[in-house]
Amino acid sequence: MARHMKHHADPTRRALLGSMAAAGGLAALGWPGGARAAAPSRGGHVRYGVRGGSTTDSLDPGTYSHAFVRTMGYAFCNTLVEIDGNNRLQPELLEFWEGSKGAASWVFRLRPGITFHDGKALTADDVIATVQHHVRPGSTSGARALMTAIKGMERLDDLTVRFTLEAGNADFPAIFSDYRMMVMPARDGVADFASGIGTGGYVLKNFEPGVRASLERNPNYWRADRAFFDSVDILAMSDATSRQNALLTGAIDVMDQADLKTVHMLKRKSGIEVASTTGGLHYTYAMNAELAPYDNMDLRLALKYGVDREALLQKVLRGYGSLGNDHPVAPTMAYYAADIEQRAYDPDRARHHLKKAGLDNVSLSLSVTDGLYQGAVDGVTLYREQLAPVGIDLEIARVPTDGFWTDTWMKKPFVAGIWGTRATADMILSAAYESTAAWNESFWREPRFDALLKAARTELDESRRAELYRDMQVMIRDEGAAVIPLFADNVFALSDRIGHPEAMSGAWELDGGRSIERWWIKA
Amino acid sequence: MKTLWLMILGRLGLGLATLLAISVIIFSAIEMLPGDLAQEILGQSATPETVAAFRSELGLDRPALERYLDWAGGIATGDFGTSMASRRPISELIAARISNTLFLALYAAAISVPLALVLGLLAALYRNSVFDRLANVTALSSVSLPEFFLGYILIFVLAQSGLFPAVADVTAEMPLGDRLYAAFLPALTLTLVVTAHMMRMTRAAIINLLASPYIEMARLKGVPRGRVILCHALPNALAPIINVVAVNMAYLVTGVVVVEVVFVYPGLGQLLVDSVAKRDVSVVQAASLIFAAAYVLLNLAADVLATVSNPRLVHAR
Repeated sequence: MARHMKHHADPTRRALLGSMAAAGGLAALGWPGGARAAAPSRGGHVRYGVRGGSTTDSLDPGTYSHAFVRTMGYAFCNTLVEIDGNNRLQPELLEFWEGSKGAASWVFRLRPGITFHDGKALTADDVIATVQHHVRPGSTSGARALMTAIKGMERLDDLTVRFTLEAGNADFPAIFSDYRMMVMPARDGVADFASGIGTGGYVLKNFEPGVRASLERNPNYWRADRAFFDSVDILAMSDATSRQNALLTGAIDVMDQADLKTVHMLKRKSGIEVASTTGGLHYTYAMNAELAPYDNMDLRLALKYGVDREALLQKVLRGYGSLGNDHPVAPTMAYYAADIEQRAYDPDRARHHLKKAGLDNVSLSLSVTDGLYQGAVDGVTLYREQLAPVGIDLEIARVPTDGFWTDTWMKKPFVAGIWGTRATADMILSAAYESTAAWNESFWREPRFDALLKAARTELDESRRAELYRDMQVMIRDEGAAVIPLFADNVFALSDRIGHPEAMSGAWELDGGRSIERWWIKA
Repeated sequence: MKTLWLMILGRLGLGLATLLAISVIIFSAIEMLPGDLAQEILGQSATPETVAAFRSELGLDRPALERYLDWAGGIATGDFGTSMASRRPISELIAARISNTLFLALYAAAISVPLALVLGLLAALYRNSVFDRLANVTALSSVSLPEFFLGYILIFVLAQSGLFPAVADVTAEMPLGDRLYAAFLPALTLTLVVTAHMMRMTRAAIINLLASPYIEMARLKGVPRGRVILCHALPNALAPIINVVAVNMAYLVTGVVVVEVVFVYPGLGQLLVDSVAKRDVSVVQAASLIFAAAYVLLNLAADVLATVSNPRLVHAR
């Protein structure tokens, strides 16, 4: 069985090895970036305008939470596992991973010969210190909850680490693609984040939190087919109009998150490319399944049939996205069940369920904040209109963005939420739908679901595993307490002097956060 | 003159008391905001364990009074402390930002103050003429538009044509000429915002004086109108004008965060907004104290100058 779960960096060998669930087997053969329109060329200076940067940012990956630090982090650091342009998992710093004992024991082998920017060789100690940084008692890392299953870490040799888990998890390596899992150098056994030293394609020359990060190409980068720019400046630009103006006037070459209200005009400008990627980014209207009236399955169904997803897609996302089907598994993910019927707007059926719930007319309050995502309040306003013929009076409770995660999310009974891309179905399901999940935003606790999730983690038979994931998607869709109307694309714009691979990752903005090492200036 | 020095000393003492009061108010205000630094930094990723760990690491689990006294003790010895969020020394964080903010404020003041005074004088001189009306309408329209909108208009007109950069991306190493060029649009935006107030005050103060008997006397003596205004009216109008200039200067230092965001200018305003959003109390305190000190000092300067400009006060009997 051990061999069966081995996943290797060498693409020629990979086909011979059994399928690693998340890697999607043969589908992943398009090696980094997929097909390319033109061969990348080296050189040049590039300026990025990226949102999210704040004076309070630090270099501690445990605190990373937004586009600026992600873009910067992926430029000067690597992770053990990366998500490629086709949204499949690939070993990055690893040569291979190998699971055994029902996926409860994992051996990670590092590629030999990789060095940090200061010349120190990358070893198993750095991996252990990095993981320890997040899981140690007293850890303040946002990634801590991802790794509660790790029971032990053992250094087997200079390049090899063995992880022992509480319970089997075939998707365990996927956790290491998280942007908070940047590999840091160990100093006296403790991960050193403060020095800003990594193994990445760029050396961090200057970091002014909330203002800019300046990076220069790492001449000793271990990858020959990456990191084409000579140097990069990332500017913190929180205002979408400013980013757009800067791009139009040539002050920057790449901007993340185009303003969807004006993107059609931006598209018409010559010299500018508007691009979008699809991933697992999705919006939710999450109810608290433990509180009346949301504990009533029929009311939940009324709310699910009462949303006109198509209208939201066209009006809020301007078509940049896809329809959600009330479960969080995205079409780009492995084990997405395409055959589940798409739920459509059906006021009659919604009314039927409302009656069945014993409620003829009901008044509900949905909390939402402007800063959650573009058009968050607009979407809820539309939803209110769509629910009117059902007999549900939806009150829009607008709350300030400041303090939203503390005071509103998972506090109010019905809240508009957002979830970023996760690498695998298991990651999003165990983050937000497992009974014991810290971020179970809909407070939906279903033992049958938990059993399926657990079984799927250790199921090695592909078709059986797909079946389990299909059952879970159906269960959340029909019984869950979250309306999931939309998957949103990442929409960004770049100068046409910038070249990029045809296949770009939809995990996070700008090619999965890795554009700085994947893109190039056209010759 | 001695009374003047006494006044300055007394006012400085009062200023210190003001700063102390402000630090208490700001600290309590931040305490009252929902959530603390641990929750705001972790955001959606917060779990009870990580929040608790964060709090104990930063000492946020200690009583508020203890934390305030700790901070105040540091300030008394000249130590601003470190930012809880980024773990950087606050003096270092603020140093770069404050020089940018002062640079932009002085730049905008250097354009707007002379411009406002000259326009105000001319408007008073040619009262109710086409020039007066035009100057008033232009100044009032520009002050009525929101700052970000003015910024966008200037970007549309002056940046998209390639004349000036849309991003005022200044760095410490930049030579002065480049800096002036890079920060031209934000300075111009601020000029448009503050000129009207100063210009209108100059005009009003002078017109007010023009009705007084001693001006009539000067006129009757045959003094030319320009000279009447410059030599007879202006010296007596200085006090109100200085006060308005001081208020606007203080605004240029403290109130320009919107312009900073539009032009991506790394000033103190953005630092304050970021720190409030993350409840980074010690940084908020430091920035607020600087802003408050700017107000106190500029007001003091205005009062001193107003006193000096008035011989009756300088040579009080």
